[in-house]
Amino acid sequence: MIANAKKKITDAALGAFGWLDDRFHVTEIFEHTAGHHIPKSTSSWFYVFGSATLLCLIIQLITGTLLAMVYVPSADQAYTTLTYLNYDIPLGWMLRAIHYWGSNFMVAIMLIHMTQVYLFGAYKYPREITWMSGVLLLLITLGLAFTGQVMRFDEDAYWGIGIGASITGRSPIIGGEAVQMLLGGPIINSETLSRFFALHVFVLPGAILAIIVLHLRMVLLKGINEWPTPGVLVNRETYDKHYATIIRKEGIPFTPHGIGKDLIAGAVVIGGILLCAIIFGPKGPLGPPDPTMIDAHPRPDWAFMWIFAVAALMPDWAETLAFLVIPPIAIAFLFALPFYNNTGEKHWSRRPFAVLTVLFLYLSLGLLTVWGFTSPWSPDMIAWRAAETPAPFVKAKTPLELQGLVVLQQKQCRNCHAIDGIGGKRGPDLADVGSRLTAPQLARQVIQGGGNMPAYGKNLTPYEVDALVAYMVSLHPPGTTPALDSAKPAVYPEENSKKNAKPEAAHGEAG
Amino acid sequence: MTPETPKETKTDACCQTGDVAVVDAPPPTTRRHFLFQIGIALNVVAGALITVPILGYVMSAFVKKFDLEWTNLGPISNFPEGEIRIANYENPYRRPWDGETARIPCWVRHVPGGTFQVFAINCTHLGCPVRWFAESKLFMCPCHGGAFYENGDHAAGPPPRPLYTYEYRVNGSNLEIKAGILPNIGNPGNPTEKVKGEA
Repeated sequence: MIANAKKKITDAALGAFGWLDDRFHVTEIFEHTAGHHIPKSTSSWFYVFGSATLLCLIIQLITGTLLAMVYVPSADQAYTTLTYLNYDIPLGWMLRAIHYWGSNFMVAIMLIHMTQVYLFGAYKYPREITWMSGVLLLLITLGLAFTGQVMRFDEDAYWGIGIGASITGRSPIIGGEAVQMLLGGPIINSETLSRFFALHVFVLPGAILAIIVLHLRMVLLKGINEWPTPGVLVNRETYDKHYATIIRKEGIPFTPHGIGKDLIAGAVVIGGILLCAIIFGPKGPLGPPDPTMIDAHPRPDWAFMWIFAVAALMPDWAETLAFLVIPPIAIAFLFALPFYNNTGEKHWSRRPFAVLTVLFLYLSLGLLTVWGFTSPWSPDMIAWRAAETPAPFVKAKTPLELQGLVVLQQKQCRNCHAIDGIGGKRGPDLADVGSRLTAPQLARQVIQGGGNMPAYGKNLTPYEVDALVAYMVSLHPPGTTPALDSAKPAVYPEENSKKNAKPEAAHGEAG
Repeated sequence: MTPETPKETKTDACCQTGDVAVVDAPPPTTRRHFLFQIGIALNVVAGALITVPILGYVMSAFVKKFDLEWTNLGPISNFPEGEIRIANYENPYRRPWDGETARIPCWVRHVPGGTFQVFAINCTHLGCPVRWFAESKLFMCPCHGGAFYENGDHAAGPPPRPLYTYEYRVNGSNLEIKAGILPNIGNPGNPTEKVKGEA
C-alpha cells in the first residue's frame, strides 16, 4: 500500500518534471552549462578562485541593492544616511560591513584568480578572449572599488575625489575639461556624488554582468584549462584535438563531480566575509565631507594605497608619466598578453620569467602598500605640540642648547624631523645629527634650506639660529664623535665639540 | 500568400538538415527586402537623433564654460596685516542639496603694505588641504609632504607649482574673490595669476 503510494508520487513527480523539461529544456541547458565536462585534473583547490570571485560579486549585488534602499546619494544627506545605516536601522551596520568586506575579498580573490590563471598558462591559445574579458573584469572591479569609496561620502571620499581631479587635471590640453567631466561641474558638490553613484550602481555593475556572461560563455566554449604538464607545449594546430582527448578520457561533469571544492571554498569565503564584518565592522564613515574641516588626513582604501605611495616616491618630473602614461601602457600589455605569448610551455616551472614577474609585482605592490599605510613622507601635523623629547636629549644640556630645543619644538621642526623616532619621518632623524653635520653646515641647512628642506632664514632671529645649532651639535649618541670639518686639521673631539658649542661658530660663513 | 513564402520554408528546412547548397543567390528585390532596408535606414536616423541629446547631456559638463563669480570672504578687518588667516566662502554654483560641500575654505594673506594673496586650500600636487603653520611660516600638506612658503612659493616636496591663488578685490570693507572651481593643473582658475614657473 505504502510502496504503491510512493511509486505513484514518484511517477507523478517524474511526469511533472518531464512536462516542465519539455517546456524549459532544463536537462539540455544543464548539460551545456553546469553539467559540462571538465578535465578531472581541474577539480583542484587551485581552481576555486574564479567561482569564489563570482560569489563575492553576487554578495555585493545583494547587499548593494539593500543598501541602496536606504542610502541617499545627495551631498547633504549621504553622510546622514550612512550613520543612520550604522546606528539606527537594525543590522544596517552589518550590511554595510558585509558590503565593505565583500569588496575587499572580491578584489583580493580576483587577484589570486588572475595570478593562478597566469601561472598555469591558461591565457594561451584558445582562451585569449577569456583572459581579455578577465582583464576588463579586473578594471571594472577596481572602478567599483574606487566609486564605492566615494559612496562612503566622508572626508576621505571628499579629498579622494580631489586627488582624482588633480590627477585628471594633468591631462595635456583637455585637463580642465576632463576635471569638469569627472566632477560633473567645476567643483566637488552634489552632482559629483550623483555621478559616482550612477557609475557605482548602474554603469559598472551593468558592464560587469555583461562581461561576466562573456567570460563564462568562453569558459564553456573553450573549456577550463587543463592542469599544465611540464614539457607539454600549446600548439595552435594540435591543441583543440589534445583538449578533446583529455575531456573524452578523463572528463567529469562539473556538476556534481567537479564542483565540490568550489562549494567548500564558497562557504569559506562567505564565512570569512561574515567574520571580518562582525569583528571589524563597517569602514567609517570618518568625519563628515566638510571641506572647511581642514585637519583631514586623506588616505585611500588599501587597493589604491600603492598609488598613494607612488605619488610620494616618484621623482617630480616622472609623476605625470606615472599617472597618465604608464597605466594605459601597462593595461594594454596585460590585455594583449595572449597575443604576444600565445603558445608554448604552460607550466610555471618552465616559465621562470612569468614566476619572477609575479614575484616582482607582488613584492613591489606589497611594499608600496605598506609604505602607503605608514606614509613616512607625510609631516606629522601635530608633532610640534604633541611629540615628547626623550630624557637623554634634554639631560645635561646647557641653557643655550635647551633654548635651541625650544626653538626646534616651537618652529615646528618636529613635524618633519623625529628625535629618536618620535615625530615626523619626512626629514632625517635628529638624534645623531651632531655626528653627521658640523655647526656651519647645520646653520647653512637651517637658514638656506636645501634638498627637501625649506629655508628658514627669514623666520629665525640670529639668536634662535645660534641656539638651534648649539642644540643640534650636542646631539651625538654616546661614544660617537661630533662631525668634523674635513677642510680643517684634525683636533681632539673634546676640543672640537667645545669649539662648535660656541655661539660664534653658528654665525660662521655658510660655505 | 506571397510568392517567396515557399522558398523561405525551403531555406528553413535546408538549414536544419545542414544542406547549404539549396540556398540560392539573394532573392530579387521584394517588398520584404524593401521593408528591411527601410527599417534599417529609419533606425540609423532614429539612432542618430537620440544620440544627439544623450551625448549632449553627457558631454555638457565637458564643454560648458563655468565663469567665476565674485564671492564675499567677509570684512577686511578679519584679516590682520602681516598674517595669514583661513576664510570660508559659499560656492557661487551651490545647489540646494549640496550640504556642507558648498562651503569652501581658503587661506588669506594680508601682505604688509595693504595687498592680499588668497590661496586655494588645495595642494598643487594632488589637492589635499594644506595647513598654515604660523611659527615656521609654512603651508604643509598632510598627504605627500608638500610645503609652501607664506607667499605660496614651493618650499619642499612633490608639488609641481606654487599654491593656486584667487583673483581678489576689495569691495567697500569686504574682501571678495573670484570663485567657483576646484583649481587644478589643467585649470588653475585665476587668469590674472603670474606663475613664476616650476619652483
